[in-house]
Amino acid sequence: MKKYRVVIVGAGIIGVSIARVLSMYENFDVSIAEMEPDVGWGISKANTSIIHPCHEEDPERYPLRARLCREGNSIWMEWVKELDILARWPGELMVFHSSEEEREARKYISFAIKNNVPGVQVIYRDELQSYEPTINPDAEGALYAPTAGMISPFEAVIAIAENAIENGVKLIVDTRVSNVKITNHSVVGVDTNRGSIDADIIINAAGLYADHVSHMAGVARSFYIKPRRGEYIVFDEGVDIKPKKILHTTPTPTTKGVYAITTVHGNLMIGPTAEDLPVDARESRTTTENGLSYLLKEGGRILNRVPPPSKIIRRFAGLRPEPPQGEWLIEVYTDPFGFVNVAGIRSPGLTAAPAIANYVLKLMIKKYDITLVKKASWVRHRKSINRIRELSLERLDELIRKNPSYGKIICHCRTVSEAEILEAIDRIIKIGVKPTVDGVKFRTTAGFGKCQGSFCRWRIALLISRKLDIPLHSVVIKRSPYGLGDVKLLLRSRMVNKT
Amino acid sequence: MNSSEIISGAKEELICIICPIGCSLEVYRDSDDIHVKGALCPKGIEYAKQEFLDPRRVVMTVVRVKNGDLPVVSVKTSVPVLKKCINDIMMITASIEVVAPVEIGQVIARDICGANIVATREVKKINNCD
Amino acid sequence: MIERKVSVMVVGAGPAGIAAATKAAQLGLETVLVENRDILGGIPLQCVHPGFGLHYFKEDMTGCEFIHRLIDRMHRAGVETIVNAYVHSIEFYSQLEKNVNVVTQSGILRINTKTVIYTAGARERHLFELNVHGDRIDGIYTAGEAQTIMDLYGVLPGKDVVIIGSGDVGLIMARRFALEGANVKAVIEIMPYPGGLLRNIVQCLKDFNIPLYLGHAVTEIIGSKRVEAVKVAKVDEDQRPIRSTEFEITCDTVVIAAGLVPNIDLLEKIGVAVDPRTKGPIVNEYLETSIPGIFAAGNALVVNDLVDYAAEQGEIAADGAKIYIENCGIPTRNWTRIKPGRNLRFVVPHYVSRERDVVLYARVQKPERNVYLSIANFKAKMLSLRPAEMIRIKIPFNRILEDNHRVISVEVVPYE
Ligand SMILES: Cc1cc2nc3c(=O)[nH]c(=O)nc-3n(C[C@H](O)[C@H](O)[C@H](O)COP(=O)(O)OP(=O)(O)OC[C@H]3O[C@@H](n4cnc5c(N)ncnc54)[C@H](O)[C@@H]3O)c2cc1C
Ligand SMILES: Cc1cc2nc3c(=O)[nH]c(=O)nc-3n(C[C@H](O)[C@H](O)[C@H](O)COP(=O)(O)OP(=O)(O)OC[C@H]3O[C@@H](n4cnc5c(N)ncnc54)[C@H](O)[C@@H]3O)c2cc1C
Ligand code: SF4
Repeated sequence: MKKYRVVIVGAGIIGVSIARVLSMYENFDVSIAEMEPDVGWGISKANTSIIHPCHEEDPERYPLRARLCREGNSIWMEWVKELDILARWPGELMVFHSSEEEREARKYISFAIKNNVPGVQVIYRDELQSYEPTINPDAEGALYAPTAGMISPFEAVIAIAENAIENGVKLIVDTRVSNVKITNHSVVGVDTNRGSIDADIIINAAGLYADHVSHMAGVARSFYIKPRRGEYIVFDEGVDIKPKKILHTTPTPTTKGVYAITTVHGNLMIGPTAEDLPVDARESRTTTENGLSYLLKEGGRILNRVPPPSKIIRRFAGLRPEPPQGEWLIEVYTDPFGFVNVAGIRSPGLTAAPAIANYVLKLMIKKYDITLVKKASWVRHRKSINRIRELSLERLDELIRKNPSYGKIICHCRTVSEAEILEAIDRIIKIGVKPTVDGVKFRTTAGFGKCQGSFCRWRIALLISRKLDIPLHSVVIKRSPYGLGDVKLLLRSRMVNKT
Repeated sequence: MNSSEIISGAKEELICIICPIGCSLEVYRDSDDIHVKGALCPKGIEYAKQEFLDPRRVVMTVVRVKNGDLPVVSVKTSVPVLKKCINDIMMITASIEVVAPVEIGQVIARDICGANIVATREVKKINNCD
Repeated sequence: MIERKVSVMVVGAGPAGIAAATKAAQLGLETVLVENRDILGGIPLQCVHPGFGLHYFKEDMTGCEFIHRLIDRMHRAGVETIVNAYVHSIEFYSQLEKNVNVVTQSGILRINTKTVIYTAGARERHLFELNVHGDRIDGIYTAGEAQTIMDLYGVLPGKDVVIIGSGDVGLIMARRFALEGANVKAVIEIMPYPGGLLRNIVQCLKDFNIPLYLGHAVTEIIGSKRVEAVKVAKVDEDQRPIRSTEFEITCDTVVIAAGLVPNIDLLEKIGVAVDPRTKGPIVNEYLETSIPGIFAAGNALVVNDLVDYAAEQGEIAADGAKIYIENCGIPTRNWTRIKPGRNLRFVVPHYVSRERDVVLYARVQKPERNVYLSIANFKAKMLSLRPAEMIRIKIPFNRILEDNHRVISVEVVPYE
């Protein structure tokens, strides 16, 4: 058996899903190169988090997308159990307000039939309230799709990465691939800002930058990704409008649907907007005034009432990697041999990710003539960090007796204990990443609450500084340190300048 | 930038801070005396003269601590010092480091610009063996 | 699970909680005080500046000194305190029975108590509450956070600083940064007048030549890894930014000092009625909330600019707890609702009995000079009122007795 050295470019949901699937076999020796300091900080962090039923994918225009989306929906139901990922499966309602909108919504019934999506049906006004009490009573009806779910997308990336790494995958962060090396029509490795890595197979899962990486390998030269921004607003957990189901507006030719959901963490979230940006604006995650007012307006069409803007605790934006004609570029090349594109994975990429991973493997087997050998010792399961927030007081009491650190609350708003934070730090270190306050936040949700970290950020930073034995000021928040130095730094430098 | 929106540190115009009315005071000196305009009461005149001739402040900051349960201790000057001394005091607090334990009220540095620098917090000593 | 029985359970050991627990113990009530942090004291712990205790101890102290003295006094009164103890939930069973579930490092502590005095303080308003757009990057701190890391943990957050908000907290932080050699580029205030005390305008800004932009707002934060600049614009009367006036200030640090909001999640969960003006609970003159036997004081009741009033409220609540326990509930009165009238943002408490003297706390909407504060037949002359300074006034009950309305309003009226 030939052992292929595989480098996956990008640790987003696509890259880590492929890594997990490849880690099941003896045939591959997998590394993931990620330019950010942690996994999942690209598109996969900021999106609507929906596992789509796939009745919205046109099977004629986008057959691959439709198929993989449908498959992905089913695989996620397994993966969230195997990997202990926070998920809910409440079903969704596509709300319509007019006969034109109804016509548009009904179009998806035929897609549902062709895509084999179960249970899709129209619900009319007289019954809507019993499906969803928070729905706008003016809505004429809604298209119901019971298999819609949602997950915590950043936790999903973290969970899959942890599992893949346990099964032998190597993660290299802070490493930007700048060149694909090719000899005799075969890939031989990549150059990065931290040296080069040899490889027999290079899988491009670089999200917003997948066109750049593809061009490095000299393939798909006319393939360009256009960023399209989507903004969101998140409300305080305490607001009384908390839809049980996933709600969204009916898409029109000019506007994409806007969602109103209660996230897996328990907050009302409204979004996204859709705004095309210049081709090079790939870091432009700015929130805008227009975005805010648009979301409040659209939210009002879906919900019987939108909570006041004063209850917004967070706003953020994500960037969609819009490929030409909306077409995913999934291809395994023989020239150069060993190069694989998984590029332009726009929505429903989160839903399809596990299916895409399986599909990529299948293509590779065929094109590269690989005979798979299963690992005997592959670990299927991964446990999430213990969350005391979800425990009864009795269970918490038992846990604290085993480990008193569960009894020390660091994040008030979301009831996160010191033990959870310490465990998150350990797990970050274990996958080869440098702990940051943001990394801890995405693993524990400390700082996600209504105070947005003003009570707990310094305490988390203190725990990191003690764990790493570094001064508090050099603990990294997201990308830069907490402080410039000790509090007397500037005065001392003045002293030096004088003498 | 519109400078009228900026409250700048002009010398002759003061806001009285003695009571919440906050009279706008004008202070000027002629050949032999100091004059104050705009005060509604004598306390304001007093304040203006003091601020004009001899403005003083209590300075408070922190000083680094070795082997403490906190890395800094808060301190203040024991009495108000001349405004122009603020910088000197700050420079001195930047150059010293005290060793824990520190008691509240402990003198950290003596007789600087006519004041002592005293601790306003307690910092305990930690065992450095863990 | 460990179970305990007490008469008064005080939640949060800031000045209000410490004063409440001290008073309750002095009144002979079995009292326990729990605090989430590993240290007693609340906000003043992180305050190295003076301005504390002028009313309460008749002495000007720094925050640390003030709280030190308050804690000393509490220990002498024999109050039991538990630190590293997080109040997880409150359950109401009956007039004289409430359970407070506390998470501690030795397990869950279930405290069965007759009364609760809730003094969990306030939280700071953050970026997302300010209608600031742009990037969510490093270099943005709330004032309390900046104060904590500088003055407790000796960290310098940044060197070119813009401060949002000219309340006392913003002004004091401007001076703290300036003293340590940072360049405080501006303090930005959305209102047309400063939010803090005149003393602080003079001693924190003028002393250090720090520019104050009144009637301006930060509209956007710019930067890739860390803050690089902020956009600032003038605002119109409705506090909406006027885009044509927008300009940029380069800086590496933004400090948000845009006010506090009472931290009353636990009370909201058990259905305590909330005043939309103060964002704290609605209370009667004993500072009892709408749920019998649950009292609130300090910043959890109403955001106080002076620690002295927070402590005073703690004592009023402790008095209330005593009366409550002795009578198995606050005796029913013919309560009169007190409402804020002309130029008042709020008045606390909300209900008075008119059977005893009562302390009112209020705040004006706009600065105003030469006015009376008037309630029923009671009038007090005030030379100058400013939103920055909470009004505290003791009203003799006989002066509001004649007015026979269910609702009486407190107003600020100009001299005739
Ligand atoms: C607003 C919005 C809403 C969405 N909603 C949904 C939804 O509800 N349901 C759904 O199914 N899908 C949704 N999607 C789509 C889904 O989020 C994406 O399809 C999916 O996250 C793409 O994952 P990825 O791994 O391809 O990209 P990414 O997560 O961006 O991963 C790519 C990684 O590659 C790294 N990288 C890039 N270049 C390099 C380089 N040169 N060297 C090294 N590393 C590099 C990046 O840092 C990044 O971490 C939404 C997308 C957006 C933007
Ligand atoms: C920056 C700043 C400067 C100030 N300067 C001055 C000044 O110069 N002069 C002056 O007089 N006043 C000043 N004040 C005001 C004064 O500090 C406050 O009015 C006072 O601290 C309020 O006291 P408190 O007890 O209500 O709240 P806090 O001091 O906030 O105390 C609340 C306590 O409750 C604890 N707690 C919260 N939730 C829980 C829970 N679930 N379980 C257990 N414990 C909990 C918290 O940890 C905290 O210790 C200043 C305030 C600030 C923010
Ligand atoms: S001059 Fe008198 S009245 Fe005017 S502010 Fe000063 S103390 Fe008050």
